[in-house]
Formats: sequence, C-alpha cells, structure tokens
Amino acid sequence: MAAASSSVRAEAAPRKAQNAPEAIASFTTEEELAAYRQMLLIRRFEEKAGQMYGMGLIGGFCHLYIGQEAVVVGMMMAAREGDQTITGYRDHGHMLARGMDPKGVMAELTGRRGGLSKGKGGSMHMFSKASQFYGGHGIVGAQVPLGTGLAFADRYRNNGNVSFTYFGDGAANQGQVYESFNMAELWKLPVVYVIENNRYAMGTSVTRSSALTDFSKRGQSFNIPGEQIDGMDVRAVKAAALHAAEWCRAGNGPIILEMQTYRYRGHSMSDPAKYRSKEEVQKMREEHDPIEQVRARLLAGKQASEEDLKAIDAEIRAIVAQAADFASHDLEPDPAELWTDVYK
Amino acid sequence: MATNVLMPALSPTMEHGKLTKWLKKEGDKVKSGDILAEIETDKATMEVEAVDEGTLAKILVPDGADNVAVNTPIAVIAGTGEDATMEPGPSAPPADGRKNASTEGGSPQSDAKTAADSPLAPEAASGEPAQPSAPEIPAKTAMATMTVREALRDAMAEEMRRDDSVFVIGEEVAEYQGAYKITQGLLQEFGERRVVDTPITEHGFAGLGIGAAMGGLRPIVEFMTFNFAMQAMDQIVNSAAKTLYMSGGQMGCPIVFRGPNGAAARVAAQHSQDYAAWYSHIPGLKVVAPYTAADAKGLLKSAIRDPNPVIFLENEILYGHSFEVPQIDDFLVPIGKARIAREGRDVTIVSFSIGMVYALKAAAELEQAGIDAEVIDLRTIRPMDSALIVESVKKTGRCVTVEEGWPQSGVGAEICARLMEQAFDYLDAPVIRIAGKDVPMPYAANLEKLALPNVEEVVAAAKAVCYR
Repeated sequence: MAAASSSVRAEAAPRKAQNAPEAIASFTTEEELAAYRQMLLIRRFEEKAGQMYGMGLIGGFCHLYIGQEAVVVGMMMAAREGDQTITGYRDHGHMLARGMDPKGVMAELTGRRGGLSKGKGGSMHMFSKASQFYGGHGIVGAQVPLGTGLAFADRYRNNGNVSFTYFGDGAANQGQVYESFNMAELWKLPVVYVIENNRYAMGTSVTRSSALTDFSKRGQSFNIPGEQIDGMDVRAVKAAALHAAEWCRAGNGPIILEMQTYRYRGHSMSDPAKYRSKEEVQKMREEHDPIEQVRARLLAGKQASEEDLKAIDAEIRAIVAQAADFASHDLEPDPAELWTDVYK
Repeated sequence: MATNVLMPALSPTMEHGKLTKWLKKEGDKVKSGDILAEIETDKATMEVEAVDEGTLAKILVPDGADNVAVNTPIAVIAGTGEDATMEPGPSAPPADGRKNASTEGGSPQSDAKTAADSPLAPEAASGEPAQPSAPEIPAKTAMATMTVREALRDAMAEEMRRDDSVFVIGEEVAEYQGAYKITQGLLQEFGERRVVDTPITEHGFAGLGIGAAMGGLRPIVEFMTFNFAMQAMDQIVNSAAKTLYMSGGQMGCPIVFRGPNGAAARVAAQHSQDYAAWYSHIPGLKVVAPYTAADAKGLLKSAIRDPNPVIFLENEILYGHSFEVPQIDDFLVPIGKARIAREGRDVTIVSFSIGMVYALKAAAELEQAGIDAEVIDLRTIRPMDSALIVESVKKTGRCVTVEEGWPQSGVGAEICARLMEQAFDYLDAPVIRIAGKDVPMPYAANLEKLALPNVEEVVAAAKAVCYR
C-alpha cells in the first residue's frame, strides 16, 4: 500500500472535490419528518440529561449536544449499513442518531448496569459494536487516528464502507489530526472527517485559538479537499454527507466537511459560559435553530399540521421519560463487575 | 607512514561482517572519499571509504571473506612517496569489539560508528542449551540454531500465513526490510497491502493501528525503538488498554506493539530507556520481554493471536544472539509464564530480556564460589508469574532481581513487594535489586558502562543475600 502511493503528486492548488452537489438537498415530507423526529429526540434527551445532572443522578462530566443536532442527523442520513461512526466526548447525539437505545445511553449516564458500557464508561465512553459506533473518546483528538484506522480496515478489506470521524474545532488543533490526514490521503483511506465547528473549544473561541479559522482548508497541506457547510440546516448537511461518502467510496481518499454549528449550552454542565454573551446565544437560537427550521418548513409547506407535530413531540417526550425512568431505577453494576473486562 | 584500514562497524552493536567486494586493487592510488570496498552484515550493507591519500599497498582480507571481526585490519594504505610494499603499521587493537575502534582506518564515519564498548559482552552464539523448565517443548524435539532476529521474523511470517487479518505497519518495515532487519523478506512474501511503511508519525500510526484493530484487523505495529513510542503513549494507554473496560467488554483491541527496548550501546539518554516497568503499570496491557530466540518466536506468535493489546519488548543487542529453537509446527509459548533457566538451591535470581545475560553469567561465577543459583527468566512482565518466583524463593529463601531499567517503581521493586506479600516468612535475607543507575543514560563509554548493571554487581548481591 505504501509503495504504491509513493508516486509524486503534481497538483499544488487546493483540490476541490468534483461534482459538488446542490448546496441544499430537497427533502421529501418523509425525510423532513424523520429529521425532525431525530433532532427532537436528541434535544429532549439532552434537556433531560441536563435536568438529571442537576439532580445529581449523572456524575462527572456531561457534554450536551443541544444546538448541534442537524450535524449528526444529516450525516447519518447518508450513512449505510457497515459505515463506522467515531467521535469525541460530546457523543450522546451520535448514539441516538445511530439508532442506539435511549435507555441504554441514559442508563450509562447514570452509571447503571443497563448502560451501554454496563456503567463502566460513562458519558464520554460509550460504544456499540452492533451499531458500528466506535465511541465516545475522552481525549481530545484521539478519535481521529482511530477513525482513520477504521478506514484503513475498510480499505484493507475493500468492503466499500466509510468511516465518519467527528471532531471539534478544538481537536482540530491537535497534532495527531494532521498525522492522520497525511496517512489518510497517502493511502486513499475512505474517511469523512467531520469537523463540528461550534465556535468554542471549551471557553476559547476559534478566533482566539486558531490561526486559520476556515477549517475546511485544514487539509490543504495534504491535498485533502474540504467544504464549509451550514451545520444548522439538516438538508445542507445531508447533501454534503452524501457527496462526501460517495467521494470516499469511489476510492478518492479522505474529505473534510466543516460543519458550522453552535452549542447553546456550556462546554459541560459545569460551564457558566462567561466567555460569550447571552445575546449571541439568543440570536442563534431564534434565527438558526435546526429544529425550528424544519418545523417552519413543514408547517409552511403544509406537509404537517400543528397537531401532527404535537403528536411527535408527545411521542418523543414519552421515549425520553421512559429512558430517564429506566436510568433512574436500574441497578448499579454488580460489584463483581469491577474486575471484568480488563482483558478478553 | 602506512595506515591500516580497519573493518568498520555499521552500528554500535555490530561485531562481525562480511567483506563483500573490493572496488580497488593493490597498487591503486586512492584519495580521501574514494570507495575502497563494500561490507555487509545481516542488518545492512555499507561502503568503506578511504580517509587518507596514498596507494592501496596491500589487501589483507580478500573478497567474500565472512565473519570479519570489527577492527580487523583489512588493508594497508601507503602514504605518498612510501614504498607500496612496506609492512602494515602497528596492529589494531584486539578485534573483539570491546575496545574503541581506531578512527585512522577506513571507518566510514569517525563520529559515532565506533565498535560497541558495551559491558554486555554480547556473544554471537551463546547457544544456550535446552531449557530445564519449558513445558511447551516436549522431550526429544528437534532443535535448530537461529538468531532472535530470525525467530521474530519467522513468528510474524507464520502468523501472517495463517491469518489474513494480520499485517505489519511501521517505519521502514517494508522496502528497507526493517531498521533492524526484523521484517526481512516480509514485503516480498506478503506484498504492500500487508507490510506497510509509514511516515515518521508514531502517535498517528499507533492510533491508526488501534483503530484498525477495533475494526477487526490484527496489526503488528513496529516501533523503530520503544523510545519513540513515548510519542504514542496516549493512544497505547488511553485507547488500546482502556477501551475494552470502558465499553463494558464490547470492543477489544487485538494488537501487538513491538520493537527494541532499552539500551543498545552508545546511543545515550534518549535512545536507551527500558520501558518494561512503565507499560507493566497499565491494566489492560500485556507486557512481554523474551530473552531466547525460542521464547521470542513462541511468545510473539501468542501475542499476535491474543485478543488484547500486547507490548512486545525486544532488545537490539539480543537480535544477533543465537539459540536453539524447537522445530515444532506452530510453536507457541504462553504469555504469563516464567521459565526456570537454571535450577539451583541457594538463591533465586529473577530477570528478563538482556538482564538474563548478567543473571546467567553471575550464576556461572557463583557456582565457582560454591553458591548454587536458580535463575528465573520472567519472559512476561504483565501478567507476572508470581507463583513461580514465590515457589523458588520458598526453596532458596533469597532473591536478587536484575533489570536494566531504573530502580524506582521498577520491575524489581514490584517483585520485592510481591515477595513481601506472598513469601515474607520464607525470606532469609532482604531482597536486593540490581538495576540501571538512577540517571539518564550517559554517552561516554566508561559512564555508560557504569550506568548499566554488571555481572559483578549481581554476583556481589547474590553473595550478600547468602551472607557470604
């Protein structure tokens, strides 16, 4: 593999992925409703997790995905069975979008035996081999070489799968990200790097932490094409995701999608968010909320009535309530679990 | 005056080489920088350049001569105006690889390429006899002599033939055939899909290997030395070791990280560290450090099949050592089992990897002094075979540990603690640790020798615990 890719590349100019798609995919009513339902599930789930954290039912760190829902939901609409997902510690939304059981996710947050990691991983460390979800990683940027390795395995087996490797604007400054970019392009690995730019690495804004704030250009030194996407519009995300996945499956190597998004809540539950104004958050919520955008379109196009959407809201609330109830009442892990799963 | 051209060393650990071909003949005029000859070892080939001007007066070692000791005079260069037939100059220092190589001869680089002044006295064929306690080798098994280097390569090749998901990745593993020639021939047999050269990017390719293992492959990640793996420590510890636990048993990471560990010779502080204790601290990792070629082969095969991440610590100096390796199809040595390398009654000496060289030599000297030492080769550092150590100490009542790593929180310190916990009532003397000195590895030959353990220290410690 290494030897074959040693041929000299001539191109110098930033590469653009060919056949760039329509910026915004047109959604059928079914797709709009599916996206609405998925994003709402994440929103309500995270709100509940925030509440439960406040009640002391969830411990440690808890990073909520509220505001960023369109990214993972849109991306997942382009994934097919076998494709892998891997992300950092802000991972609850990725698991729900991947179709994993909200009860299992919530019970992991509360550290119970019914949690996805039997209560041994917590908020930042959840996995599901069955759902091809590879975590859930607590070290900023560490998932990037790992996701690249998943793509290496895909390429090794020539199975046509794609690794969707998510990281934030903060992780984008880690050295191992660029080590990964280099190998991914050198060996033409099928990996979509999804940079979720929510504008703040913990409390440090991108302008204060990044010499180049256009993250879609971060692959230029490696000849990896990149695109900036409105990550608050699920249709734009899906269109970009489809194109990126196709690019990878065709053997073109990696691609970068910078998702411009925003988190409404603090970095974690313990963040007072003093580094930005309330007005900034309010403006984003009012003008760009990913869920409200879909809701408005559904209503304006008469694709759904207020009653239809209320019914969905009620259904989602019930799912989240059940998850919270399960996670509050499930037993803690058996003490014997302390010693299991260290070695296979 | 005439100068001798000496057989150069390609590396600090080289002792012998082959003089492949002379490119100049007797009587030829040579000037500084002219290539006189080509030499090779099992690791590499190199050209010998003249450093003096004059006439190639006499060739002392002919084309094709094998096993030429480092520092042997191979030719004489007569200075301008001198008689080209004159006798060679003063003879070179003993060509046993123990003295500094003369830089006046044809040494290709006069800076670091001196012969090893290693206190370890590596022996090209120590040919240790069949082992007293090695249940994995049935009696009357046919044996073949091979180097640790060859044993490691054979282990990888056998496992790669057996399982398509096994592949090798690292710096210089493919086209260069391995920086220490451990992967020699693998590219030719298995192709570039399965023998993958990486950029110099330890953190990145360690993480990539772990991701591939999570994705179902079985990577063998070669570090050119474990000194460079510190760049990858986060991925090894946080991603490889902990993920099985954090996922409640779902994930797993079947991966081997291998490469030379510890001091070679004269490579100073940043290239000489022993990481056995570091990795052995981590639950989720297995740590293996073989001494013999048989163990290197059998343990590496077991490591590749193991469903857990395994740190496989080799030793550059041992690569060229020869041992008897059983000719058994699919020879496996279980991880987690120590071996009694020498049975004895009076004192237990526990060591691993290159430390076994000191331990066995000390045992031989102690025998002369009437002390019958039992020598245990740990082979695996984690999980540690405490049972065998305790059993031995119950018999001898005394213990000395030997390692090249630092003493604080070292492997010896761990053995001391376990003996306190599990064999306190059997100890007739406090355990003594022989370890590398508590300093960064110095470069100067005499200081390096002082920094490493030596046979005398082991002998003295064994006598001390025997109150002799």
